[in-house]
Amino acid sequence: MGDIVFDIAHMLAGGLVLVSFMLLYQDRLYALLNIYALHALMLTLSVAWQAFSQAAPHLYVTAAIALVFKAIVIPVALHRIIQRLGIHREIETVVGVGPTMLAGMGLVALSLVVILPVTPEGDPLAREDLAFALSVVLLGLLVMVTRRNAVSQVVGFMSLENGLVLAATGAKGMPLVVEISVAFSILIAFIVIGVFLFRIRERFDTVDIGALDDFRGERR
Amino acid sequence: MAIAILLWCIAALIGTAVVAVAAARSRHAMRTVYALCFAACGIALSAALFHLAAGGGAAQTLTLPLGLPWLGAWFRLDALAAFFLVIVNLGGAAASLYGLGYGRHEPAPHRVLPFFAAFLAGMNLVVLADDAFTFLLSWEFMSLSSWALVMTHHREPSNLRAAYIYIVMASFGTLALSLAFGLLAGSYVQYGFEAIRAAEHEPLVAAFVLMLVLLGAGSKAGIVPLHVWLPLAHPAAPSHVSALMSGVMTKVAVYGFVRIVFDLRGDPVWWESMVVLGLGGGTAALGILHALMEKDLKRLLAYSTIENIGVIFVSLGLAMAFQANAMQWAAALALTAALFHALNHSFFKSLLFFGAGAVLTATGERDMEKLGGLIHRMPATSFLFLAGCMAISALPPLNGFVSEWLIFQAVLQSPDLLEWGLRIMVPAVGGLLALSAALAAACFVKAFGVTFLGRPRTPAAERAGEADRFSIAAMAVLAALCLLAGVLPGFVIDGLAPVTLALIGESMPVQASLPWLTVVPIAESRSSYNGLLVFLFIAVSASLAVFVIHRFASRALRRAPAWDCGFPNSSPLTQYTAGGFAQPIRRVFGTLAFRAVEHVDMPPPGDTRPARLTVELHDLVWEWLYAPVERAIGFAAVRLNHLQFLTIRQYLTLVFLALVTLLLALAIWS
Repeated sequence: MGDIVFDIAHMLAGGLVLVSFMLLYQDRLYALLNIYALHALMLTLSVAWQAFSQAAPHLYVTAAIALVFKAIVIPVALHRIIQRLGIHREIETVVGVGPTMLAGMGLVALSLVVILPVTPEGDPLAREDLAFALSVVLLGLLVMVTRRNAVSQVVGFMSLENGLVLAATGAKGMPLVVEISVAFSILIAFIVIGVFLFRIRERFDTVDIGALDDFRGERR
Repeated sequence: MAIAILLWCIAALIGTAVVAVAAARSRHAMRTVYALCFAACGIALSAALFHLAAGGGAAQTLTLPLGLPWLGAWFRLDALAAFFLVIVNLGGAAASLYGLGYGRHEPAPHRVLPFFAAFLAGMNLVVLADDAFTFLLSWEFMSLSSWALVMTHHREPSNLRAAYIYIVMASFGTLALSLAFGLLAGSYVQYGFEAIRAAEHEPLVAAFVLMLVLLGAGSKAGIVPLHVWLPLAHPAAPSHVSALMSGVMTKVAVYGFVRIVFDLRGDPVWWESMVVLGLGGGTAALGILHALMEKDLKRLLAYSTIENIGVIFVSLGLAMAFQANAMQWAAALALTAALFHALNHSFFKSLLFFGAGAVLTATGERDMEKLGGLIHRMPATSFLFLAGCMAISALPPLNGFVSEWLIFQAVLQSPDLLEWGLRIMVPAVGGLLALSAALAAACFVKAFGVTFLGRPRTPAAERAGEADRFSIAAMAVLAALCLLAGVLPGFVIDGLAPVTLALIGESMPVQASLPWLTVVPIAESRSSYNGLLVFLFIAVSASLAVFVIHRFASRALRRAPAWDCGFPNSSPLTQYTAGGFAQPIRRVFGTLAFRAVEHVDMPPPGDTRPARLTVELHDLVWEWLYAPVERAIGFAAVRLNHLQFLTIRQYLTLVFLALVTLLLALAIWS
């Protein structure tokens, strides 16, 4: 059983990284949200597989939280926000797709190079998981850095958090309480950010954060 | 027992500070606070003296459940602590007594009273602390409360600048000290002094600790080039606080140095003593040269403090050199001399600052060029100030002579040292000491002569009145102590024996049993000094001279016009000035030490404007060391300022890049 367990976990975590790459080049907002839902789904599967392979029933709760909140509630809510803001046609380009993808590959390579040598005696499953999780975190940051639209920055942030959850489940140690509190804090962050989105929109007629900088009267 | 009394005194002082915050504006606050401080210091002084007089005995320890929860606050009273407690509380009691009178002239007592008591408590705590955490905490407490006192008259821009520089240097010093304790604590993280003392320290670590202590304690004591704050901050405070800062707080810094270097760190290496010797010698010479150039009476005294700290550190360096050469008897002599000089300096520097404060209240002036002739209006202050000047100029039979003589006795032991570097350096530093002793005498002739002799240069000086009785009493007590310690030095040396015995393992020969109260540092055949006989001789010969003059010369008192040697203009401005007095010395040393340049502006014939001579002096330490640092910080601050105005995305990018860089470093490094 050992090999197949490892392979499937590997595949799911790798899939998460792959979906992160998809987030990276997707410049339409609806598509971005759909990809994010896929991202959360991959996370759910990955966590559920971990729960099965580690025989840790509380991880099923984590998976359920991921499925309900991250794969359904948040994307749906963001969809409605975009509709109400009327920005679904907006296309944003800050950095070209090519350089971004190259940078993303560099980050994945970096996280593998960093994690694998420093944990030589760790459980191989946990090691791979950790390396993938770090890649997802870095790619999420990259999404946040390369986007100008506040909604897509929120998506980047959420995908970053998915990476953290992946790392936590792989480490076999995170208590349920911590997991639940993290999930709720993400939800609250989401609410706060949503409120802010509307406030920004109300004031500036756009959610392009470049407008904030213009308001502060600075060059970019 | 004694330690419990001392801690209760400290608690009383802190309580006084708290009460003073609440009641500072009430009418009796000033007298009550100073009386309470006087009483607390007096009790603490007696406890410390009692401990010292009982032969130092066993060290007493006490742990209070304060501070870090798993550590507690450790206190320890041993001979060294007791000796410095004597200095602290004697100075504190004298300053409180002086404050009883001086405080009436204070326009903002609510800014002085709470911090005065807190400052006294802080200095006592530093000396008693027995673990690194308590030590650093009390050290910082002492720094901050004295900083608040420097800020008393905060409306004056010069005081603000002084306080700013002071707090920067004090923070820097505490940083250096905490790093030193971090090194001493080692990998086992032992913060109790007992454990640090027992541990073995690597030579390299010990050398680093010495450098850090020189930075930390040295910046508080005023070692060149870390002295820049001292001549600014000490005069800025009210005069009795100046006396405490100059006379006592610098001694607490010396205590910190002695405690770490001689007690906690282990045996010194010979080259380390060369560093201390060089710094001490340079400090002494530069300090007194600056003092000579100074016109401001309180700043002059502050610079002279720097000189005396240099003298003390030279003596401590000698003790280290002798200890490294296993010449314990000579090391005991040098350490005794250093501590004796610390005690003496606390006496006469407090006395002189009290005198300067009396002059300041009487005339409102600190500039000597605007004083003069005060001896007629303030006879008691003048006499006591003169006593302080004589003591600090190391004139026998007063106390300054004894300790400096002992230091020179230690210098004379240098031919027995093994290392050639030290053999050459010690006499050279001895030469520097002799030079600064001579310059100190010149400096205080100037300070006394220009301030108190001659005729008043301004109406303010003309209208001056005598100081109040509390101030006079405080000065008289200190002057009497200067005389006592000078005439009977043997008792002080014997009192210091337990200190050196504990730190070096040897002490100077017992002096009390010698006939005629003579002081013999090493052996009768080599050198001896008898303060009592010198005093009797001076007293008898001076009385005889007075008698002879009054008996055989004309007894009639004649009044004649002053300066009537062809000068019809008898304005007081024709008198010798402080600048004029210092001019020959400035001509000799000025170009080297201050890059002094004289500009003469001579009008052409026919022009009626006056000729002008202006002297330009540079503070080289400030210009070469501090100004570049200041410029670099300013430059970096301006450059980094626009980091405050980035966009959200740029901040995110910064964080991201920092993370990636760290990961890269990890990947490459491992």
